Amino acid sequence: MTNTMTRREWLLSDAPQTRRQARLGAFYQGWLTFRANKLAMLGLIILILLLGMAAFAPLLAPKSPFAQDLASRLQPPSAEHWLGTDALGRDILSRLIHGSRITLFIVGTVALIAPVIGLFIGTVAGFAGGWVDQVLMRITDIFLAFPKLILALAFVAALGPSIGNAVLALALTAWPPYARLARAETLTIRNADFIAAARLQGAGRARLLFRHIWPLCVSSLIVRVALDMAGIILSAAGLGFLGLGAQPPMPEWGAMISDGRTYILDFWWVAAMPGLAIFTVSMAFNLLGDGLRDVLDPKGGAK
Amino acid sequence: MASDTTAAAGGTSPGNGRPDPSARTALRRRRARGIAGTALSLALTLLGLLLVTFIIGRVMPIDPVLKVVGDRATQAQYDAAYQAMGLDKPLAIQFLNYIGDVVTGDFGRSISTGQLVWDDIRRVFPATFELATLGTLIGVLAGVPLGVIAAARRGGIVDQVARVVALVGYSMPIFWLGLMGLLIFYGILGWVGGPGRQGIIYDGMVPSVTGMILVDSALARDWAAFRDAFSHIILPASLLGYYSLAYISRMTRSFMLEQLSAEYVTTARVKGLSERAVIWGHAFRNISIPLVTVIALSFGSLLEGSVLTEIIFSWPGLGQYITRSLLSGDMNAVLGGTVVVGVCFVVLNLFSDILYRVLDPRAK
Amino acid sequence: MTDAPLLSVRNLRVTFPTRQGLFQAVRGINFDLGRERLGVVGESGSGKSMTGRSVLGLIRPPGRVEADRMEFQGQSILNLPERRMRKIRGQRISMVMQDPKFSLNPVMTVGRQITEAYRLHRRVSRADAHAKALEMLRAVQIRDPERVMDSYPHEVSGGMGQRIMIAMMLAPDPEILIADEPTSALDVSVRNEVLSIMDNLVRDRGMGLIFISHDLNMVAQFCDRVLIMYAGRIVETLPARELHKARHPYTQGLLASLPRLDAPQDRLPVLTRQDSWRDGDPIAPHADTDLPGGLR
Repeated sequence: MTNTMTRREWLLSDAPQTRRQARLGAFYQGWLTFRANKLAMLGLIILILLLGMAAFAPLLAPKSPFAQDLASRLQPPSAEHWLGTDALGRDILSRLIHGSRITLFIVGTVALIAPVIGLFIGTVAGFAGGWVDQVLMRITDIFLAFPKLILALAFVAALGPSIGNAVLALALTAWPPYARLARAETLTIRNADFIAAARLQGAGRARLLFRHIWPLCVSSLIVRVALDMAGIILSAAGLGFLGLGAQPPMPEWGAMISDGRTYILDFWWVAAMPGLAIFTVSMAFNLLGDGLRDVLDPKGGAK
Repeated sequence: MASDTTAAAGGTSPGNGRPDPSARTALRRRRARGIAGTALSLALTLLGLLLVTFIIGRVMPIDPVLKVVGDRATQAQYDAAYQAMGLDKPLAIQFLNYIGDVVTGDFGRSISTGQLVWDDIRRVFPATFELATLGTLIGVLAGVPLGVIAAARRGGIVDQVARVVALVGYSMPIFWLGLMGLLIFYGILGWVGGPGRQGIIYDGMVPSVTGMILVDSALARDWAAFRDAFSHIILPASLLGYYSLAYISRMTRSFMLEQLSAEYVTTARVKGLSERAVIWGHAFRNISIPLVTVIALSFGSLLEGSVLTEIIFSWPGLGQYITRSLLSGDMNAVLGGTVVVGVCFVVLNLFSDILYRVLDPRAK
Repeated sequence: MTDAPLLSVRNLRVTFPTRQGLFQAVRGINFDLGRERLGVVGESGSGKSMTGRSVLGLIRPPGRVEADRMEFQGQSILNLPERRMRKIRGQRISMVMQDPKFSLNPVMTVGRQITEAYRLHRRVSRADAHAKALEMLRAVQIRDPERVMDSYPHEVSGGMGQRIMIAMMLAPDPEILIADEPTSALDVSVRNEVLSIMDNLVRDRGMGLIFISHDLNMVAQFCDRVLIMYAGRIVETLPARELHKARHPYTQGLLASLPRLDAPQDRLPVLTRQDSWRDGDPIAPHADTDLPGGLR
């Protein structure tokens, strides 16, 4: 790298000198593509704001999310309570701000667990082949055939309603598509020359799987996860709405809609506000996912 | 079947029902298999489904015996019921017994309603079927043309609108949209009937033939009841239809874009055909085949996935039945309902498979 | 010789916007087509297909077609409104594409695809169209036309598919046929057969043929006149019989890189390209060889 080169030139160089430069360069190229997509940037900004909101919730929230004030219950939005109050006189805005933590927790954990299960099962099935493949894919099919929400409902009902179990139930219903995807990727990679080369060097099965196959499956999985995030949020909110997620008095957004359901005709804001929050966040994830797909998986979504 | 069913999540979690290229791979894979093979694989899937439900039922912390005999039963009564229910036998035997019962149509008795589960399901299923059918109808009639036009005028106004419509559909919690719909169209504007299938005065007025009130009232030529039923179903059906539309229009668009770049489309243009004839006469003919599968799956997802909508609109359908039974630990009802949903899945898959073979000359 | 050429093109340019700016697929080419067989030769990306498609008005936005003149029998067809262009497409100017596997609609019977074009332009009854389709299938030497009419494209071989394509495109009796690599997707064994069928039909009807190909030998064999294209320009125009007299280094290079039985070489020379060819003047044909096909 010469001193006359700007950082941009260094990143966009056609002839990278080091592996690190090549990798950063590729990353930068992707970023440029992503940045050109205004809607994807909007999604990213919303999500960054959401992260900030969750991180600084106690500082940002004007009131305590749990403080009841029965004298001022079901107040419409005002200067005092920007988004109004609920049936127990709690400030809806404060509850929304604190609720972002729960939403992020659920989405984050599901998005960590489900793809890893899927990746593991899919790659093992694809790599091992034979009856292992048959059995694993049959199991995957069974889970796919299940009505997702009913399966999640059944899990939570069996395990008892709580956030942790909601996460588990969502993860257990969300992994099969990842397994399918990972298996398909593995099948195309399995017979590649570089795998044969690694095998000739004496690499064991585990090494081939974890060091060579996993890294190549990850990028398409990431795209898929980003696109699925919105669905996870909606499913999580659905569970919360049915009373199977976070338990009162936790300010979970789906549960808040459920609280407001009784008053919908007279005090619409109680249910409307958390719904708008869910909508905004899941839309942001959808926009981000579309943008990421264009960058990481051009063949999939270029159209 | 992988991505088909993922896509079919449209109703429950619309975010997952994305047009995704692997759907086409799945279609191709399916074409390669015979109908018998498909049926066998679906039957195995159904069996696995039963097993999973069965296991969940046994893991449930709710004691099914207590539900039957009540809290104040003596130990002797309890044990008798325990044995009568076959719970003393090994799990494998229990499972086999269960399968035997299911095959003969015996789902047992619902603990909460006190009736045979089979009778319960016969009562609630038409409500769900009616709702899902109308929803799919709306989704297809609006979604297919929207997707086709969006693809034909890519980047045009219709395309942008379709994009927003789908984005909102993929991002909006269905139960919230339902509530807002009730608030606006029922609460404020008063255009539609409220929750439930009928107004109170019409309840039980129309003789039940099919169990679908729109059909029954039309058969009875009771147009007042028909109008009432319509005003009740239109909002939840539009809601489901909207989610179905979001999914169908995206899939249609992506299928259509693929076809429009095909060489035979150029051939059609070279022949001097009008753009309309090129799109509907040539390209659409090709996408209609995969679309059948998409529509069947979307219909299936509305059948199984209208849980939240049914709860919001107090719609006495299968989704509400299963959910309520689940929450009260009524496992006979849950298992029965799930089996019916599973059978619907199998039937729809077979149906779309057969239709595929009939429609696609290459499948013969 | 007819007075006006069938097709007259001056300074034709086809451009596509890309992320890196405008891409010029065709950069100002001139040619006339009489009732002759005109070969257009070039490597892939030389703009030969784009030339053919722009004549038919098939370049879709955001692609743009510009020219000082693009006339069909004295009538300008440059950027004609769709409605009027459709009267010309298929009926007056037609095209046969590369691979019948993709260029025939997979879910429509062969018969429907042939009669569709014919009925559109001739407004005849179903029965007449059916008879015409059978006649055309016989003309392209398909032995069992009744059966082929009812079959789907995937049920016929590549060679037969291409003959069906030719039958379909010639049914409305167009004056010009553009054949865009019509044999490159076919088995070598049926190439000549398909070519000679097409050649006979075109000659019998006194049509103009634009034969687009990357195969210099084949073009030399079947055409009267050859345009050599390079990077969106015509670098040389020659009578096919005088190909060996080519003066442009690119044409010479193309010729030299073909194996020849009568002059075996140990190693074929690799085609070299020079940037100066991109913008140099085309080498003009001799005046007396202009429109040789028209003299026939």
